[in-house]
Amino acid sequence: MRIMWLYLAWAAFWSGVLVLVLLPANYSLTLTLKDALLYNTLLTIAGYAASTGLRYYQPTLRQGILLLAWSLGLAGICTLIYSFLVGRFIDDVQYLDFAGDSLPMRVVFGWFLVLLLLLINWFWYYTKEQRLMEERKAATEKLAREAELFTLRQQLQPHFLFNSLNSISALIGARPEQARTMIQQLSDFLRGTLRKENKQQVSLAEELKQLELYLAIEKVRFGHRLQTTVEATDETKELKLPALLLQPIVENAIKFGLYGTTGDTTITIKAEQSGNSLLISVQNPFDADAAQAKEGTGFGLSSVQRRLYLLFARPDLLHTNQHQNQFTTTVTIPQNYDQVPYN
Amino acid sequence: MIKCLIIDDEPLARSIVAEYLQSHPEITIAQECGDGFEGIKAIKQHQPDLIFLDIQMPKINGFEMLELIEEAPGVIFTTAFDEYALKAFEANAIDYLLKPFGRERFEAALKKWQEKQTINTAGNKAQELNEVPSKQPEEQHRIVVRAANDIRIVAMQDVLYLEACDDYVKVHTRDGVFLKKKTMSYYEQVLNPNQFVRVHRSYIMPLAQLTRIEPLEKDSHVALLKNGVRIPLSRSGYSRLRSVLGI
Repeated sequence: MRIMWLYLAWAAFWSGVLVLVLLPANYSLTLTLKDALLYNTLLTIAGYAASTGLRYYQPTLRQGILLLAWSLGLAGICTLIYSFLVGRFIDDVQYLDFAGDSLPMRVVFGWFLVLLLLLINWFWYYTKEQRLMEERKAATEKLAREAELFTLRQQLQPHFLFNSLNSISALIGARPEQARTMIQQLSDFLRGTLRKENKQQVSLAEELKQLELYLAIEKVRFGHRLQTTVEATDETKELKLPALLLQPIVENAIKFGLYGTTGDTTITIKAEQSGNSLLISVQNPFDADAAQAKEGTGFGLSSVQRRLYLLFARPDLLHTNQHQNQFTTTVTIPQNYDQVPYN
Repeated sequence: MIKCLIIDDEPLARSIVAEYLQSHPEITIAQECGDGFEGIKAIKQHQPDLIFLDIQMPKINGFEMLELIEEAPGVIFTTAFDEYALKAFEANAIDYLLKPFGRERFEAALKKWQEKQTINTAGNKAQELNEVPSKQPEEQHRIVVRAANDIRIVAMQDVLYLEACDDYVKVHTRDGVFLKKKTMSYYEQVLNPNQFVRVHRSYIMPLAQLTRIEPLEKDSHVALLKNGVRIPLSRSGYSRLRSVLGI
């Protein structure tokens, strides 16, 4: 509504200007005013229509040259309509002759006015667009930063680290050879964690090697309570997946299995190829105890899901399933896809 | 002779405590336990003077285990989690050892325990700390209870209501009533105040169980629960309930 008043004021202002221009021709004020109002109303309507168009189609700076042509065309059309209409409002023959003579001048004046309107509008929408883009960019950057921080925290896993160091400390007294092996494994594991970038793709064989290190350390910590089986066919070994994707899933399975039950825990990791995808499932036992199940499921899985979503733009790549006393997490990794580019 | 227990789910973590204890011939290790359930049994059986207790363990954690013991011995926590230190001292722990810990730190913890022992035997038994946790306790999602010879983990959403009963709190659930040696104000603080309301000096009620509020006499009300039980509302309890419900 406010915009309408603005346009009306605009039309009134330029009518005033036109009156001042035409008055020296010595016609009566009423006639001149009628004339100016009619012509400027037409121009403003044309300018408004074109500006509305600009809202939906925003030409680039270079295409701005088009505005020149548009406004010229619009001014021409306005002048044409004006020449038809002017006879209806004004019946002074002398004035009509004068108006007919001034048509070329009016086209130029109209061109200037419409162009001015278009430019103002274009500039308005352009800055608005620019501001929105800035905001979007800031939001994306914030998200990316948060994700980075999260992975960093995830990678550090202080409890895993401190508990492993405690195990090593215990081994040093009784079995120094084994302590040395564990330090080796822990170092290799940490190096593997730090080296990988978030978007890096690795082969399943490589990922499993990293996972074996992790499992070896956990087995030293938990002793006979933790057993693992890894089944991966040869054909799957060369398939690709995002680096360090499996680790949080297996970590979740171990926590869930070892802290959710008091017995021995077997973690089963299976990899198979299904069509154009790599399917990996991680299975752990759990106690169907309500209080336990509700607490345990969430853990690290939501971050895995989010990562898969960011990489493949699909929300359906991670599934969990509870059957009897087994909890299974399955991830699907598409092999041929257009990777979502990172900004 | 001092009897102690080591309760930790990681064998190597137990062995390092055992190793450090070798230089203390006056302390014998009565048993090593791999989880809280074994721990409870062993405490009953051996009546130890001191326990070394891990926090993160299968099924029930170290704190929950302590809650299930009638008379807790001296407790030294051993854990890789530093975020529980405050809670540990509220549970009257003697010390809190962060894994991995060295021999010196371990000796310091033992010394603390010995000092506490001499104070206690001198008849100056320190007043038990109020068990009300500090300002921002971690929200409780479950209650571990004892049922005959069984230990049960009750999810908070299965709790019908809590009732004060002398020094205990009765936990009413669909599967029966359990006793916890806690106070009403303890639960008032650790439960989510938007889901559990102290509606009376002796009652805490989950909003999820509420079906109706009925007037009883002039100025007094009762709450009707889904299972048909009626709970009296005190005047302040009634206004608390109304403010949580937003009416």
